[in-house]
Amino acid sequence: MKWTHAVAFALLAVGLAGCSKPKQVQPDTTAQAPVDGGAQTSGLGNETGPATGATAGAMSAAQQQALAALQSRNIVFFEFDSSEIRADYLSVVAAHAAYLTKFPTARVRLEGHTDERGSREYNIGLGERRAQTVRKALMLQGVAEAQITTVSYGEERPAVEGSDESAYAQNRRVELVQVQ
Amino acid sequence: MTFQRALARPKRKGLARALAWFFVLAGSLATSAHAQLRLDITQGVRDAVPIAVVPFGGQVEGGPNDVAAVIAGDLQLSGRFKPLERRDLVARPTRGEQVRFEDWRLLKSDFLVIGHVAPEANGLAVEFELFNVQTGQQLLTKRLVTSERGLRATAHRIADLIFERLTGIPGAFSTRIAYVAVDGRPPKQRYRLMVADADGYGPHIVTESSEPIMSPAWSPDGQSLAYVSFEGKASAIYVQRLATGDRKRVSARAGINGAPAWSPDGRKLALTLSRDGNLDLYVLDLATQGLTRLTSDSAIDTEPEWSRDGASVYFTSDRAGNAQVYRVGAGGGQEAQRLTFTNGYNARPRLSPDGESLALVTLDRGAYRIATYDLKTRNVHVLTDGRQDEAPSFAPNGAILIYATRAGAKGTLAMASADGRFQQRLSSDTGDVREPVWSPFPPAQR
Repeated sequence: MKWTHAVAFALLAVGLAGCSKPKQVQPDTTAQAPVDGGAQTSGLGNETGPATGATAGAMSAAQQQALAALQSRNIVFFEFDSSEIRADYLSVVAAHAAYLTKFPTARVRLEGHTDERGSREYNIGLGERRAQTVRKALMLQGVAEAQITTVSYGEERPAVEGSDESAYAQNRRVELVQVQ
Repeated sequence: MTFQRALARPKRKGLARALAWFFVLAGSLATSAHAQLRLDITQGVRDAVPIAVVPFGGQVEGGPNDVAAVIAGDLQLSGRFKPLERRDLVARPTRGEQVRFEDWRLLKSDFLVIGHVAPEANGLAVEFELFNVQTGQQLLTKRLVTSERGLRATAHRIADLIFERLTGIPGAFSTRIAYVAVDGRPPKQRYRLMVADADGYGPHIVTESSEPIMSPAWSPDGQSLAYVSFEGKASAIYVQRLATGDRKRVSARAGINGAPAWSPDGRKLALTLSRDGNLDLYVLDLATQGLTRLTSDSAIDTEPEWSRDGASVYFTSDRAGNAQVYRVGAGGGQEAQRLTFTNGYNARPRLSPDGESLALVTLDRGAYRIATYDLKTRNVHVLTDGRQDEAPSFAPNGAILIYATRAGAKGTLAMASADGRFQQRLSSDTGDVREPVWSPFPPAQR
């Protein structure tokens, strides 16, 4: 009974929408093509690891090998409300710094993230601060400024779902995404 | 309709039926599977005034244009009224002379709304009457001309008039809300900026992306939304006209482009940029693209909100070590003043329509909650009791706020009265719903 009510409602709603005036909101189709293209087909790679496949053609075998070695070590995690790189992740930063200094044409994209607590735009600021900390550490180890870009997603792109400390800990992070 | 059942049995069996109450659909079949949104009232309100809203004559009960159901739903959403269940309505008067007030006194209804819909030359005429049940006095009557498609809007207008007659506050039921809806599991999520009627009905997709969309803000004329989109793999601020869908990218500078806020005259946006790898506040003139810097601090400065006279900007900063709310002149080159001192976290200020208080997110005994901060007395008044409440937005009449909260693992919307007397939760059945922003009044009501 509830379901049939719902369906009737749905049909009526569709009917209404079908004959609506132009004052109603239009989906923005112009914005979508580049979005989907960028997310699905570009050589920038996915958001969780180095882009080995798409960029392999332009790389030397040595660089490909070095890049593959970074694959499993591309995330630095943070404590709550902190942008200090924890001692156990200094080696991750060092490994990326070594790669980037060895291959000066390589580029890295630092994506800063936070857990879901607190307001969203403020968390964009916290994510940026974390990305900047990693950027400075890379530069101190000889990486050129031009090799690094940063972006902060705040709490908008969690690695995992959940509202417990374990999920929070996995979401407070900077991902070092090697791009070409 | 199902709405009355929601009142009677807000839990268990009643809930399923209650879910049908605000059942609404996206603007097109192609997107309906994703954009479906259902809102329901999951929590009753104490001290609400009982009112009987009788099904209007000339209408089939229970359809989407059931005028009495829309009115009752609005009054219920306001938190101040408790409409009687439809099955308890002892009679179906549609005109004043048919009313036997003793019937309604027995039901302990304080007020009674009746009316009827009739065809007329230019469409439909909707006539309603509002009575005080104790005295039998007619408090308000009006005849409005509309069309079949305009019936819901007319019903909202009637609810506005009834609300104003009984509370002295203009109703805000003829307004809309914008919000962000997110489907899918990380890392593959779909973000949609939506606009719906203030009761959740008729959501439309404004824009959508596989990259985050956040921080929608209504222009003061209610015609456009500014928002942040990461569709180019970096944040940028867009302004989109709702009527045409035309949009313009107004800020895509290197680094962060965030937290757009319209000046009261609609000509400028205050926003956050990270030109030196650190967030500071700027004002962007939309016509000239001229940029004025408001803050230069090594801390995070973000979430600007204009004062009513446009002379200053409230914002969040952690320059003192944790997030607090500050105020700075909107002309640039001025020192910021700290406003909040209680609690270790106060963020995202939003000005009340009368300009006298700020709604903000505060850390209250370990939980993020919505509070108001009185700009004169500096008192902080916590309104909500969730663990992760955020993004408060005042209705244009200032009586109520909509905000985002969490129900289990899901983001949902909720409302709280500005005086803290009640809260009620609205829940969606698909994905996360977040960052609600209430539109200004429509032009006729301004």
